[in-house]
Amino acid sequence: MKIAVCIKRVPDSETRVKIAPDGKSIDEAGVKFILNPYDEFAVEEALRRKEKAGAGEVVVIALGPAAAQETIRTALAMGADRGVLLQAERIPADGLQTATALAAELKAGGYDLILFGKMAIDDYNHQVGPMVAELLDLPCVTTVAHLEIETGKGTAEREIEGGVEVVEFPLPAVLTTDKGLNEPRYPALKGIMAAKKKPLEVKPTTIAAGGLDVVALMPPPERQAGKIVGEGAAAVAELVRLLREEAKVL
Amino acid sequence: MSRVLAVLEQRDGALRKVSHEVVTGARRLADAFSNSTVDALVMAAGAVRGADAVGGFGADKVITLTNAAFGTYAPEGYARTIVDRVKAGGYDAVVFAASATGKDLAPRVAARLGRPLAQEVIDVAVESGAVIAIRPVYAGKALLKIKIAGSPAVLSLRPNVFTPVQRPKAGAAEAAAVDGSAGRVVVKQIKAAPAGTLDVAEAPIVVSGGRGLKEPANFKVLEELAAAFGGRAAVGASRAVVDAGWRPHADQVGQTGKTVSPTLYVAVGVSGAIQHLAGMRTSKVIVAINKDKDAPIFKVADYGIVGDLFEVVPKLTEEIKKLHG
Repeated sequence: MKIAVCIKRVPDSETRVKIAPDGKSIDEAGVKFILNPYDEFAVEEALRRKEKAGAGEVVVIALGPAAAQETIRTALAMGADRGVLLQAERIPADGLQTATALAAELKAGGYDLILFGKMAIDDYNHQVGPMVAELLDLPCVTTVAHLEIETGKGTAEREIEGGVEVVEFPLPAVLTTDKGLNEPRYPALKGIMAAKKKPLEVKPTTIAAGGLDVVALMPPPERQAGKIVGEGAAAVAELVRLLREEAKVL
Repeated sequence: MSRVLAVLEQRDGALRKVSHEVVTGARRLADAFSNSTVDALVMAAGAVRGADAVGGFGADKVITLTNAAFGTYAPEGYARTIVDRVKAGGYDAVVFAASATGKDLAPRVAARLGRPLAQEVIDVAVESGAVIAIRPVYAGKALLKIKIAGSPAVLSLRPNVFTPVQRPKAGAAEAAAVDGSAGRVVVKQIKAAPAGTLDVAEAPIVVSGGRGLKEPANFKVLEELAAAFGGRAAVGASRAVVDAGWRPHADQVGQTGKTVSPTLYVAVGVSGAIQHLAGMRTSKVIVAINKDKDAPIFKVADYGIVGDLFEVVPKLTEEIKKLHG
């Protein structure tokens, strides 16, 4: 089984967001970058599928700055076979441009499965996987939380409001992974050492800005700290009164 | 004249409520363009209950497109049908719900149209003929204001943000059958959650629990409080308790879970880690119940009670029941 996993380098979820002087991006000083958490499920799933098939290759592909090599090494340390960095100075706000660059790289790869995390925890774009599928004319299931693969086809489960959709699709296919699909492994020391020697190809990539212009990155409206209504069960009656009469939400 | 297409959703032949918000958002966008109309489109296997009501939320026309394969979500069939309509109709904007279906469908449509997509939009405007959208990034730790150059603008709207506005005018109706298959990706079955279960992303009231609940069985206390709201509340959870396996991931609120904007968010035994606050700070009113008076959750809460949740929550449940009794 030949599997591609598209990953992204993102700021850690505990990052305090500080807006850069340009007013359009975050100040990256002191920010710790990690492998996008949803992509970990994609890497893990690819490794399990390859292990189950007993043969194959897991290729990790990222679009991003030179520093994204580190992110690729993390996936290689988990067990992926080789990496490709589409090196670009910045990732555009327009996900279709990212999808276009990835699709060009994936097109001739002969992959049985192309996996993505369901979204990146920085831009929340929630779109690159299915866009790549459309550009390559491949079937696609997003936010997969359970997966079964047989010869030439698969069954996936995805969470919808108030239930779970059970979806069938033929291979090759593009899937985006949700939390719950598996429990990603931690890279072992042996894996980290081995990852240093695995092939990582860097391809300079020019990426168009696309049709989305960032006007501003702004802090969210401040929430005023409210009031402590009181202590213990005795405060409940007053809380309910405030919710009814002041906040008017009951 | 400009035109906006609102893509509605149905389940089991009934219009989903989030569609009222989509029409409301589409109407707001249409009003921001000058002299603009809203067409609402729903795909189904037959007539859709409740579809005629969207005229009252600002749709000038409701279009029902039927196909035997469209009873459940058919990603490729739906995308093809919408793209055909958009190309034929000369729309300036296409608006989806940022629901499980909408977030899957919108990228397919945008890619087929070769257009950028703004997902999870919380506000829209038009400046010099271009659509301006505001959407949360970094799980709401920042807001991104973007200009969508060219036409059509493709957007999905975050649930619970565009409060439906009733208008006196009724819309026209159009129905047509469409040809073609569901496509290669086929929904075989929907395993429904127990009746009446609301999704945390769509519920108007969310009652969330964290480590303070001490053990999984104690979430019963929160389920009872949620039930007291009479079918309007969902039970959410912090990442800590989801990672511990106490609650399903579908219930997780925060940066690696769902970002929610309910009318009322009640955080119980949740300390308020930065990634959790990011996921719920856009709630209209936040109530925190925690035994630690220094817990960060109190910094974003409108109302707080310091105390033992096992005493406070049952009392609150009792008071809410009185209101609804």
